[in-house]
Order: sequence, then structure tokens, then C-alpha cells
Amino acid sequence: MRFLRRFFIRLSNFATGTRADQRLREEMAEHLALQTEENLRAGMSPAEARRQAALKLGAAQAIREHHNAEQGLPLAENLLLDIRYAFRMLLRSPGFSLIVIATMALGVGATTAIYSVIDATLLHPLPYPHPNELVRIQANLPGVGAHDIGFSIPELRDLQNSGIFQNASLWFFGTDTLTGSGQPTRIAGKSVSPTYFAVLGVHAQLGRTFDPHDATPGFNNEVVISDGFWKRALGADPHIVGKTLRVDNDPALVVGVMPASFRDQGQTNEQVGTELWAATGFIADPSSPPVRGTRTPYQTIARLQPGLSPAEAQGRIDALVASLKKQYPADYPSQGAWTIHLTPLAESLVGNVRQSLILLFGAVGLVLLISCVNVANLLLARASARGREMAVRQALGAARMRLVRQLFTESLLLFVLGGVAGFAVLFCARKFLLQFVPESLPRLNDISISWGVLAFAIVVSVAAGTIFGLVPAFLTSRLNLTATLRQEGRGSSGSRRSSRLRHVLVIGELALSLVLMVAAGLLLRSFWDLFNVQLGFNPTRVMAIESSLPNPNDPSTDIYRTATQESVFLRETLRRIRTLPDVEETAVSDRQAIPLGHGQNDRRLVPLVREGQEGQDRQPPLLDTSIVSPDYFHVLGMTLVRGRFFADQDLESTPLVAVINQAAARTYWPNQDPVGKRVRMLGRLGRARPDATTIVGVIADAHTESLADASVPQMYLDLYQRPAKFLAFYLRGPVDPAAISEQVRAQIQAVDPELPVFHPETLNDVLASSLSVRRFSMEMVALFAITALLLAGLGIYGTISFLVNEQSREIAIRLALGAQRRNILAMVLRQGLTLAGAGAGVGLVGALIVSHLMASLLYGVSPYDLSIFAGVTAVLTAVAIAASYVPALRAMRLDPITTLQSG
Amino acid sequence: MKQKTDVLQGTLALMVLKTLDVLGTQHGWGIARRIEQISGDLLAVNQGTLYPLLLKLENEGSIASEWGASENNRRARFYRLTATGRKQLQKETRDWNQTAAIIARFFEVKAEDLP
Repeated sequence: MRFLRRFFIRLSNFATGTRADQRLREEMAEHLALQTEENLRAGMSPAEARRQAALKLGAAQAIREHHNAEQGLPLAENLLLDIRYAFRMLLRSPGFSLIVIATMALGVGATTAIYSVIDATLLHPLPYPHPNELVRIQANLPGVGAHDIGFSIPELRDLQNSGIFQNASLWFFGTDTLTGSGQPTRIAGKSVSPTYFAVLGVHAQLGRTFDPHDATPGFNNEVVISDGFWKRALGADPHIVGKTLRVDNDPALVVGVMPASFRDQGQTNEQVGTELWAATGFIADPSSPPVRGTRTPYQTIARLQPGLSPAEAQGRIDALVASLKKQYPADYPSQGAWTIHLTPLAESLVGNVRQSLILLFGAVGLVLLISCVNVANLLLARASARGREMAVRQALGAARMRLVRQLFTESLLLFVLGGVAGFAVLFCARKFLLQFVPESLPRLNDISISWGVLAFAIVVSVAAGTIFGLVPAFLTSRLNLTATLRQEGRGSSGSRRSSRLRHVLVIGELALSLVLMVAAGLLLRSFWDLFNVQLGFNPTRVMAIESSLPNPNDPSTDIYRTATQESVFLRETLRRIRTLPDVEETAVSDRQAIPLGHGQNDRRLVPLVREGQEGQDRQPPLLDTSIVSPDYFHVLGMTLVRGRFFADQDLESTPLVAVINQAAARTYWPNQDPVGKRVRMLGRLGRARPDATTIVGVIADAHTESLADASVPQMYLDLYQRPAKFLAFYLRGPVDPAAISEQVRAQIQAVDPELPVFHPETLNDVLASSLSVRRFSMEMVALFAITALLLAGLGIYGTISFLVNEQSREIAIRLALGAQRRNILAMVLRQGLTLAGAGAGVGLVGALIVSHLMASLLYGVSPYDLSIFAGVTAVLTAVAIAASYVPALRAMRLDPITTLQSG
Repeated sequence: MKQKTDVLQGTLALMVLKTLDVLGTQHGWGIARRIEQISGDLLAVNQGTLYPLLLKLENEGSIASEWGASENNRRARFYRLTATGRKQLQKETRDWNQTAAIIARFFEVKAEDLP
């Protein structure tokens, strides 16, 4: 308490300090006058009277200062003084200040930019209450290498009754078609369990969400719509609740509108922007019957019981899995090794982007470090230039700690100003910069320059300023007074310690930039290899345009129920599209078959039972399957290796046929000819026709699933034998992408005016966007590497220039004694090369560690690729030589006479 | 040097308070002269240090001050003891006497007195 009171008195003194000081001064003057009068009365001469009075009073100035120091807040007062002084010093050498501030602005700005992306994607909690309770549940069959196989309805019930979760929900993202008014509109829709919104813990702004206890087996015809859809398509009708829309030819009763702030969960921006949710029990039409062995292709999210950590929940799930396996041995054959895995929902949404982002953050951290090292180097260089100033101030009695504090204030001010400048630039340019962020980045819309990001920028610059400002401050103030003061007029040489530190800093800088350049080089090579990969199909001049057939809840009302019904529509539509100008060839497939056009979660995995191997296939492997029209292979330019493609005589009434790729042949029929082999397809397609399917052809492996991996086993089925709802039409020819989509729309709607037409894209664009995250991280790392190289070049230039200045007398003497100018040049260059060599040595070790860590991000290039390591080292050496060359030339052209005389 | 001032300031404050208690309202120079008169040359203190002390005592509420005219019509600041100051003086007098008594007893004790 007493301390607190004293502090407040001090604080008030600090505020009223000048007034108290004024009073002291007045009173002391008064005292002096009275004492002088007294002395005069005692008979002294006026001069003597004043002298004696002053002696008696003591050193008034010192007393006052002492009082101020004791009663005020000397730290704060000094700080104000220091800041004022620091600003003056900063303005006195504007060039130096500008360079330091710009360097730090670059470092802090870039770091903050990447941090804002990481903040939004990795650090920000999901926008739902108690986000830590949300998990994604995945079932895997590691025994047959199948992941995320989905759950059957009985399994889901087991999960729900396990007591581990408050609620669990299936969800499935697709597109729906809204008809009834004007142009049929495609809307982003989700089919969900009625518990979906209860799992997320969100409520409607208008009406209600689904009743989590709703037990309707199929679709209950209730839908919830998003605020955006309500405003865009329904004119924000305030009485919308209770009205009926027509979605995929079904009546859909709107029961609620979600708030404008609601963002759905999902891996893509499209899923996050879901506009319509339809509730279903997933056990009646159009879903499969609820048999334990029949798994749904849907994703599952759940909310854990409060207080249950994901790890504990995983433990209980493992126990549940073990008991289910014991109870139903027939459904869980041991070779499948069925497991259930919980992932925190936030983590599962970010997926594999995490690695790229961490890499970027590491890279930008190195740039920041290099900026700091550079600035520290500049501060040290300036410190030796200010040696005399420091010496004089110390000689006049300034305490060393006081000088350190003042120098530290100066550098901290520079760092913070740099950080603020970097943040300001980032803030102004945020719209511009966001363009470069790939659209496929999850939670892209959450990226913002928030207070948290500002706090990060400030913390980073203060921390950097503290670490990199303190050491130069200490070194600057540690001087040999006599030696420094004696070197009158001459540019004084900094202490040995400080020049050694400067060398270490430059070596560190070079090493760091080498690490960054190796990382950038490896990423560049990976990207280049991916970009130039032999695709195995030909995307040029091919466009894909999507449409979707209605998927009514009651199959009997579906006019495209069978393949025969659908093929009438398809053949007519294709015939019409082929008549459009410039269209040379056409084909159609389901959307899973768009090359590189979908994510991992969009795959259609079908259990594959090989005839003659049923015994072994008790747990059949899952195969990635697409449904395509016969022309598909031709339009995409795929190569037939054996057998035949689909033909026009393959119809719903003729035996079912399939084409597989070489990878599937290698995997499932090793050392055999797969053509003529028969498989039985279970599961999702099983409902339509569980007949045997004959493999009629094998095509060469193509990068249709992943640019990095051509050998994903694939099976293609004939669209004229198996119906599909989500379609992609392909056109090959020199068409104008902008104009053609309207023409295609007109042709499709001439056949069925109720179909939506959307998403026109050239396959080259699809290809480019599948590379976008890779391209983004590659470009960013390359940019950072170039920045680092420039900074390191500046650093070595500064150091060598400084060395030349320091050694100018020595050089002059050498020249005067007859040294060849060539030798002087070589001598200086050698110093630069020594630094570069040491930096490269340290850097190569660091680069080996880093490249080892980033091996999983690479494609087609070894993390220890010799050519990249050698090339980068060569570039670094070249930059070091170039940067040393200018000061070396200056040293060579030194005029010995003027140099020695000026000394 | 600092330690010495601390000790002096502690006692100096007590002297100031006692002076004001005895003389009533007084200006700075008057206090200084009174202390000098009583302590004689034994207390060689710079009179200037008195003023920060007065300021401090006033901030602590032991004394109050106002401007007034001195005997020879000069403007001067006059100090007087407040109620708090009086209480503080009593307490410190007691403490001081106690301390002095203890110290005195220590000095009286000789080695042979010890059991």
C-alpha cells in the first residue's frame, strides 16, 4: 500500500514535475537572498556575503536534480528524453534510418502477411460454440489400403448410442437444382442428418433448424436456407418460412433461414458457402437400405460430450470398434482391419495445406531473421562511426547503463517504426495481396488484418528490436576511452569484438539465405516437373461444362431413372452440341471423371469383388470409379493398351462392361491379362444392377487423379449402362470459352428446360487450379529467397565497405610501398570470399536439414539434389563477389598520398 | 554518500517537525537557521537539502505551506504543522526516544555486567 501511495505521489510529481522544480528554485533563491542579507549585517563584503551564503546552501542544481530523480519517475522521464533524442538522431541520418526502417518493414510486413493467413486457417477456432468438441469421424480399412470409407447406418447408430458424442451427423455435399421461377438455378446444397445443426450448435435467424429427433427414414422435405440464398434468389421474403420451393423436382418446405454470419463447415469454399440444407434419415429412397455392411459415401461429423478430450474419445472409440468386431465378425473381416479415427474438425478442414503454410511461415521467418541481422549489422557499423560521440559522453560522466539505454531506445524505435510501416503497407495493400492467395485455400474468407495480427506485428518488432538492438547497444558503449578519443578526426575503428560480431552476422545472413534459396530451388524444380509431367491425356482445347439431373427423393418420379431413359437425353444433347460452331468432338461423363477436377473427398470408391477370388475378397478392395460415355477416352486423348473402349452396342440390355487403367491391372490382376475378367460391383451401384461386369479394355495410366501420382487404380464404367446424376459435358475444338457456355446452355435446355448449366472451365484451367496451392507456396518461397539474397548481398557489401574504410591506411601504406593494385583488389575480394565460403558452409548444413524436413512437399526431385545445392552455392558466391567488388574497386583506386595525409 | 543522506534526512525531518511545533508558522530560512542555532557546528548539512525535504513533507501531508511576507517584506513561503504532522511528530519522538534509550542501554552495559 505504502509503495503504491509513493508511486502515485511520484506519478503526480512526474506530471507536475516542472512546477515542483520551479518552487524549489524560487525558494532556494529566496534562502540565498535572506542568508546574503544576514551575512551583510554580520559585516561581510557583498561578494563574500554571497559566496558564504552559496557555500552554506550547497550545490543547488545537484540538490534539485537529486530531488527530481528521487521524487519523480526517472525511468519515464529518461525514456521521454531518450525517445526525443532518438527521433532527432533518426532525422539527422535520414538515409540510414530509411534503410533500416524499410528493411524491417519488409521483414515484419511479410511475416505478418503470412501470419494473417495462418491465423485464419490454422489458429482461428471454428465459428461455432465450443469448437473444440467438434470432430470428424472417419472409418478406414488399412488392411486393404482404403481410407475414409464411410459408415453404414447401423454403425452410425452405434456411434450415436456410445455415449461418446452429444450428436453425430452425416453430410453430403452436392448440387441441387431450383426450378419453378425463370432460369433453373444450380444451388450448392447439402444433404444432412436432422442432427446437423445440433452438432454445430447454431440456430436459425428466421424459423427453426431441423428437429434433431426427427426419425423420418428418407428426406422429410424440410429445407433450411442460407441468408445469402434467401436474399439473392428469394428477395429476402420475410414470410419465406412455411413456403415451398421446388428443388430437384421435389417440393421443399422452407423451415428456417440461417443468420448472415453463419458459415458452414467444409473443405472447399463452395462447401462453406452452402445455400440449402435438406434433412434425411439416409435409410429410405434414394439412399441404400440400412444394412451394416453397406456403407454410405457420406462424411460424418460429431460433437463430443463436454469435457471429453479427442484423445480420450479415441480411446473409447477403439474399445467400441473392438467390441463391434467381436459382435459382427462377418461384417468386419480381419484382413480389412477396420478402424475408426477421430480428427478435430478444425484440423480436418485444413487438411494438407498445413504443411505448405508451415513451410511458408518458416521461410518468411528466415527473411525476418535476415532483415534483423542486416539491421543489427548496420547498427554496429554506425556504432563504430559514433564511437567518438560515445567516448565524449562517457568522459563527461555519462553512466554506461544510461548510454546503453539510450542506444537501445534508438534501435528499438527503428525496429518498431519499421514494424509499423510494414503493417501499414500490408493493411493498405491487403485487397491487392489477397488476389494472389489461391482460391482453393480453406477458410480464405476468414483472412483479415485484425487486432490480433496487429498485436503480432508489434510483438514481433519489439522482440526483434530487443534481441537485435541490445547487443549493438552494449558493444557501442563499451569503449576504450583514451584510445578512441586520441584518434582525432580519423574514422575510429570499432572494437575488435564488434567487428568479429559483424563477421558472424554476415556469415549467418549468407547461411540463412542459402537455406532459403535451396528450399526455393527444390520447390521450383518440383513445380516445374509437375507442370511438365506427361499427363497421359490431352487437356488442350477441351472444355468441361457441368449440369445435373434432378435427383428426386421418390425414384418413381425420376424421368432419368434408368440408363436407357438417360441415354436418350444424353445422345440428343451431344448431337445438338456437336452442331455448334467450332466444336469438333464431344463426350459426357459424371463429374468424378473430370481430370484433376475434384478433391479427395469427391471420389466414388466402389468395392471390387473379382470373380473366382470371392473367398479372398471377403473384404473387397475399394476402387476409384468413373462413369463415362464411349467418346470420353477419345476426346481426352487417352491411350488404349489392350482390348477395346466402350462401343455403341454396349447398352443397358447388353452385358455390363468396364475399362481399367494399367495401375488397376497391375494391382488387382498381377501377371494376368485382365481383359475378359469379370468383377461384381457391390454397394452404391449394386442397387441398380448387381450383375457381373466384364473388363473389356486397359488404358495407359494418366494423371487424371493427381498430378503427382499417375498410378492410382481406376475403373471406368459406361454411362449408357449406368445412369449418373452429376454430369460434365466435354467439347474439343477452337471454341471461345466465354461464348460457348451460353450456346451449350441453350442446347441442353432445348432438350430439358429444367436443367441447370454451370461451371464452364477449360481443362487447362482445371489443371492450373489443381496446382494453385503448390504454385502459391513455390512463388512465395522464391520471392522470399530473392529478398533474402538481396539482403545478404547488401550485408556483405556493407561489411566489406566497412573493412575497406577501416583498412584504408593499411592499404595506402601497402600501395605506397609498391603493392600492385591487382593484389589489393584480390586482397579485398578474398575477404568477401572468405565470408561467403563460411556462410555457404554453415548454410549447406542448414539446407540439408531443411530439405530433409520438406521432403514430403517435393515431387520428382531428391531433397539432396546435387545440382540445386551446387547451383545455389554458385549463385550465392557470385552475389558475394559482386557485392565485394565495388568496395574492392574503391580500395584499389585509393590514392595513398591523400589517404595518409588525411590520417 | 546516499546512505549518509538517508540517515540525515530521517533525523532532519524530525528536526523540521519539532522546529515548526515549537516556533509555529515559519519560513524555510527561519527553519534552517533554527536548526543551525540548536545543533551548532555539529550538524554540517547543506541548507539547500532542506527544501526538497519540505516539499516531500508537504506532499506527505505533515506540513502545509502558503506564500506570505517575511519580516523584511520579502515574499516567502511559510510552513506550519498540520494535525497529521503533529501526530507524526509525537510518534516519531516516541520512536526516537525508544531507540535512543535502547542504544544508551547498550553503551552502559560493560563486559563484567554480563552473566
